[in-house]
Amino acid sequence: MKDILNRLAEIVGEEHVSNQPEEIFYYARDPGLMPPHNPDYVVLPRTSGQVQKIVLLAKEEKIPLVPMGAGMALTGLIIPLKGGIVIDMKRMNRILEVNEKARYAIVEGGTSQGALKAYLEKHYPRLRHSIPDAPATATIAANVVIHGQGRLTQQYGFNSDMVSGLEVVLPSGKICKIGSSSLSSAWFSKGAPLPDLSGLFLGWFGTTGIITKVALKLYPRKRFRDVDVFVTDSEELVPEMVYELTHTEMAEDINVFSQPLPMIFKDNHHITIFITGDTDEELEFKRKMIWGALDPYIKSKDGGFMGVPPTMKPTFLDMPQRSVSRFADVKKGGGFEYSGPIILVEKYPQCTGKIRELASKYDLAYSAMARIIGRGHCMMFGFAFTFNRSDPGMMERTRKALSEVSEFVLEMGGVFWKPTVDEQKMALNKMDPNTLSILRMIKENLDPYGIMNPGNWEVA
Amino acid sequence: MKYEEIVHRCFRCGYCKFTGDYSTFNCPSYRKFGFDTYSPGGRMWLIRAWLAGEIENTTRLQHILFSCATCASCVEHCVFTFSDDLVNAFVAAREEMVNGGIIPPRVRDYLKSIHINGNPYRAPGEERDKWAERMSVLPYDGQEYLFYVGCVGSYDERAQKIARSVTDLLLNAGVSFGILGKREICDGNEVRALGERGLFQSLAEQNIALFRELGIQRIITLDPHAFNAFKNDYPELGGHYQVFHYSQVLAPLLRGEAMPFRELRARVTYHDPCYLGRHNGEYTAPRIILRSIPGLDLVEMEQSRENAFCCGGGGGNFFTDILGGGEESPARVRIRQALDTGAEILAVSCPQCAKMLDDALKAENAAEKMKVLDVSEIASLALPQSQDSCSNGLSP
Repeated sequence: MKDILNRLAEIVGEEHVSNQPEEIFYYARDPGLMPPHNPDYVVLPRTSGQVQKIVLLAKEEKIPLVPMGAGMALTGLIIPLKGGIVIDMKRMNRILEVNEKARYAIVEGGTSQGALKAYLEKHYPRLRHSIPDAPATATIAANVVIHGQGRLTQQYGFNSDMVSGLEVVLPSGKICKIGSSSLSSAWFSKGAPLPDLSGLFLGWFGTTGIITKVALKLYPRKRFRDVDVFVTDSEELVPEMVYELTHTEMAEDINVFSQPLPMIFKDNHHITIFITGDTDEELEFKRKMIWGALDPYIKSKDGGFMGVPPTMKPTFLDMPQRSVSRFADVKKGGGFEYSGPIILVEKYPQCTGKIRELASKYDLAYSAMARIIGRGHCMMFGFAFTFNRSDPGMMERTRKALSEVSEFVLEMGGVFWKPTVDEQKMALNKMDPNTLSILRMIKENLDPYGIMNPGNWEVA
Repeated sequence: MKYEEIVHRCFRCGYCKFTGDYSTFNCPSYRKFGFDTYSPGGRMWLIRAWLAGEIENTTRLQHILFSCATCASCVEHCVFTFSDDLVNAFVAAREEMVNGGIIPPRVRDYLKSIHINGNPYRAPGEERDKWAERMSVLPYDGQEYLFYVGCVGSYDERAQKIARSVTDLLLNAGVSFGILGKREICDGNEVRALGERGLFQSLAEQNIALFRELGIQRIITLDPHAFNAFKNDYPELGGHYQVFHYSQVLAPLLRGEAMPFRELRARVTYHDPCYLGRHNGEYTAPRIILRSIPGLDLVEMEQSRENAFCCGGGGGNFFTDILGGGEESPARVRIRQALDTGAEILAVSCPQCAKMLDDALKAENAAEKMKVLDVSEIASLALPQSQDSCSNGLSP
């Protein structure tokens, strides 16, 4: 074991590798509810070359490897289920290139969402990326690996759809470029017009390779940004309201949230519509279109626009929304976890009904938040429960509630987002056998020794 | 442990690590060591695990806890309602370690030195007023202010210069003040931050008794660390004073043009000391002094005020050096940030920052490009009679 430690130290430097109890304890867990598993080592590489050497060492010694960003998926995806080496990627945080005219950025695999946001605001104020509401420490690479969503998801799809190139260290130790970068210095496409190999890595949670560089599409950043909130107590009408809104193609982002507190929010559904514009006229035009789309519901007394107080606006317009993290302390307990299935928007009423039912059944505080993906093609519906980390009973009740969500999701025709290991098994069990065989073939060929984040996406 | 009730409430979301705009990591120990265990969230989770018996008090855990510079950047940027008590929780955990008697040797040595010698330099108390030799500063005897110099200003050669320049300025401005000289003892700010609550209380009680005996009501401090102790920690022990950092006394006088400066052509950037800035909200007074000097061009570093990056000397690290050296040491990072502004002077208003950054400047081989000077030293250089007293090598 000491030999491995020394060899890792030769690769990354003695100060950037640890097998001390403190790092073993911390990196054995994430902030969610999944049980911990100890790694044997934690390393902090600085370059793709160092990652390559770590992979070659792991391959030689058949040691599991678990790449990690900020560990904010909450579903245990960075917990080293079979021990081994956790590769904390956050020292690889350089923004390597921004191609302003082609609107893409190339970043290292540990670059945070916050750092890219700040960099663009300072150096390229007319460009932005689709920042998620995960904490600003969440990394770009980890977010696309889990098919994350962000502020531009309603317009452009999953954040992983916005990838325009990858550099990946394969389980073999080869460093591989994916997309246009495989034959050009320009990273403008992750696939088309070539065979799109990015699908071998996106959504795989590091089980097929370690992403060391990501090219991400950037989009116009308008000068002004505002938010309107449409409130309805008719949850069955939410899907068609979303349909009308997405038809306008005027919104930057559309979220729907419902929660029991404060009391005036109870049983209401808040459709949060973000708009942007370079001029007041553009903003007003978009607002007019959006108000027009929802006007019939105002006339039928099924809803109305809420006056957003100036003190509340910054909370809505915050990117990322820090208030999302604050949900963890509603019970003064530092914990929340959510299941966020990708599901049809028409299932919104069933989803909200389910979360209320589970909150009541398990005596939990909840928040439901749906983010519309694409022009209403689907949504991420977040079944979020907050828990007190010092209350094992509450944590267990939360686990049970989330377990019921998993079953419900499959019944509703949804697909798990960033699934726990248990959910992965459920998904694989339900999956078309021919699809499953493709997954197996890819996994066996890319990772024949099964060293990459083992326990995840394990096809029997 | 005090503040135990908050340690489980950390979600480890990591906002505490950042600057306000997320452009970079602002926690000195996290930035230096890179493991999440060295971040504020890491400390919260490890303290909880330690209190629950899941991990033990190891050399590594001590290193993690005592490498915190108590700079309060986490307090500034944490999104939770308990953020104000983050540093308090880390100090409380140190107290637990101190009470258990298993602490890093350097911390032990520092505390013993204070206990035995009354200062961290193991120097005789008789030498405490040596910095003031050949200066016309009087012992405190009922003047309006006590000028409290502190251990660093009294004994450290670099800091002594700063003590003298502040004295010059106060005398020039006609401020009525005196010093304690040999009777001065440690204020205890770092003793408290390193977790020796009993020793801190003893020092504070001695100071309070002395101040009472001398009738001291108003205190000017050289060092933001002493300022912090007198202002925030002494009241609960019965010591209630009007406490000022020297910049807070001088800045209003400049507004009244009591101290006209001559021109000093220099591009200057200012480093906010954590115990003056984030801990006590004073960002303006030192800048007022600098801006009042004709010809001085004050430029800001990207990380300034609430987002200033700590020099790494806080929380006792100035003495224990647990944050250590190397290219990623906070002081060297801060020097590089200052160099990025193109400034030829890095201004500070804390003797500990001055020393930390001076050393880092040499390590960065940048002494030809920039100088580290205290605000008081820059102001002294701009005094009309400064040609004779300038010893810092910067010609106005």
